[in-house]
Amino acid sequence: MQCEKHFIEPYDFLTEMGFELLEKNQSMDRYMALMDDDILEDMGTNKEMLVAGYEAAHLQLVEEPGVRVNSILIKGGFNKDGEKEAIDILLKPGEIVSIVGPTGSGKSRLLGDIEWLARGDTPTGRWIVINGALPDDAQRYCFEEKLISQLSQNMNFVMDANVEEFIEMHAQSRNIQQIDGVIEAVINQANALAGEPFTRETPLTALSGGQSRALMIVDVAFLCKSPIVLIDEIENAGIDRRKALDLLVKTEKIIMIATHDPVLALMANRRLVIKNGGMHQIIESNEAEKKVLKKLEAMDQEMLTIRNALRNGEMIYSE
Amino acid sequence: MRLITVAGPPSSGKTSVIGKTFEAFGKRSVELAVIKFDCLSTADEQYYEKKGIKTKLGLSGSLCPDHYFVNNIDTCFHWALKEKVDILVTESAGLCNRCSPHIKEILSVCVIDNLSGYHTPKKIGPMLKFADIVVITKGDIVSQAEREVFAFNVKRVNPKAKILHINGITGQGAAELGKLFLEANDYESLDDMKLRFTMPAALCSYCLGETMIGRDYHMGNVKNIKLD
Repeated sequence: MQCEKHFIEPYDFLTEMGFELLEKNQSMDRYMALMDDDILEDMGTNKEMLVAGYEAAHLQLVEEPGVRVNSILIKGGFNKDGEKEAIDILLKPGEIVSIVGPTGSGKSRLLGDIEWLARGDTPTGRWIVINGALPDDAQRYCFEEKLISQLSQNMNFVMDANVEEFIEMHAQSRNIQQIDGVIEAVINQANALAGEPFTRETPLTALSGGQSRALMIVDVAFLCKSPIVLIDEIENAGIDRRKALDLLVKTEKIIMIATHDPVLALMANRRLVIKNGGMHQIIESNEAEKKVLKKLEAMDQEMLTIRNALRNGEMIYSE
Repeated sequence: MRLITVAGPPSSGKTSVIGKTFEAFGKRSVELAVIKFDCLSTADEQYYEKKGIKTKLGLSGSLCPDHYFVNNIDTCFHWALKEKVDILVTESAGLCNRCSPHIKEILSVCVIDNLSGYHTPKKIGPMLKFADIVVITKGDIVSQAEREVFAFNVKRVNPKAKILHINGITGQGAAELGKLFLEANDYESLDDMKLRFTMPAALCSYCLGETMIGRDYHMGNVKNIKLD
């Protein structure tokens, strides 16, 4: 059971909505009895709506469903020409799968299907099976928008807040307690990924591309409940990408990377090839590919070292 | 016929969302028409026509666009019936955030974008709070956490709404909105229907064209600012 104090007090809820209340610690009913209908109308709301909002805020915090996904099966539908997709793909936590294919080949549609828990009712006719069963309608809305968190290509935040306020807000929306510890952990991890440290007080909009990216990745690993993480490229902007992926794997996420970057694509054990709107082929990475990956990672590391040396004002010497 | 009211702040992506939803119908033959309500001018009808969507434009000029909307909605409904339209979508901009074009029983959609700031859901009135579906756009420009905080703030002010994330450029999410469009209630007329919430009111000397400033010129429904 949750403790009473984690619920929102009616007073806090209403003042947050912009109401000016004289007395604290009254019941919702009491506040409603005191409210003037005309004032509510001026604010574009009414009592019924406010009470519903208050109740929903509770439900949201109390009943945040523990989405425990052990497997996701994508059952093939049809490509853009209406030809049957020849493959199904089963995804499991802690696994990295890369998705490759030219722009416009249908990567977004695939992710859309997963997000919507398609049941043959999207343009591709695919089916999504979770933990071996088809989600029913109730589950569908329960999972809704909680299944996939997306790390898109953008490298900047737009929110007008500092790092601490940002993490706090996100943690609150997830009903996470001991926020202070979370803030500390997120910042430390992000600094380990980016190399250039930032603090609690740094404004989000002042973070460098690498720092923003690092914060976004750690935030997804620690604060998003979604079992699937979709990564749309991780630019080589001074982030240790291997460490970033390890962090996500450690938190038992299913990781899908849509990428054209050889290092990222090869870090996955399997590659899903998308062609003409359809799932075309699954390629398993072999030993030869792993060797190539090692070589590429070494080059990556060299770039990172030189980058840091330059940043610190050092000279670069050839070996 | 199915009527759907789509409202949202200016530049939130209403037109793109409607356009992408129409595209998502694809080969299914759905006759969609859009009536765009605006104040001064718009080029959106060209966008719709290019996509092959039947379009009409209503400009309210110096009138409150919402009052103009409610005075004309049944005429629009009859027009669409005559044209054998399956789904009539009205698009109106919530210019003052107090607008409220949503009608009881009629599927209502509010489009709002991630870039508008995380406090914005709180500031928008009935067009967001009384909508059945809230479409959140421009999610590709912000981070996952910003999307989640924004959606959380939307849920706080409208807990009953279904929230859909739609990318107005790629159309991701639009097929799902299209599915909900097809599930909307089907009606023969708007007789005896009611608005979900009262319209913003005004009936004062300035409504009638007064331009002079000063207490002597105030008449009608006037409200005074409280400064202390």
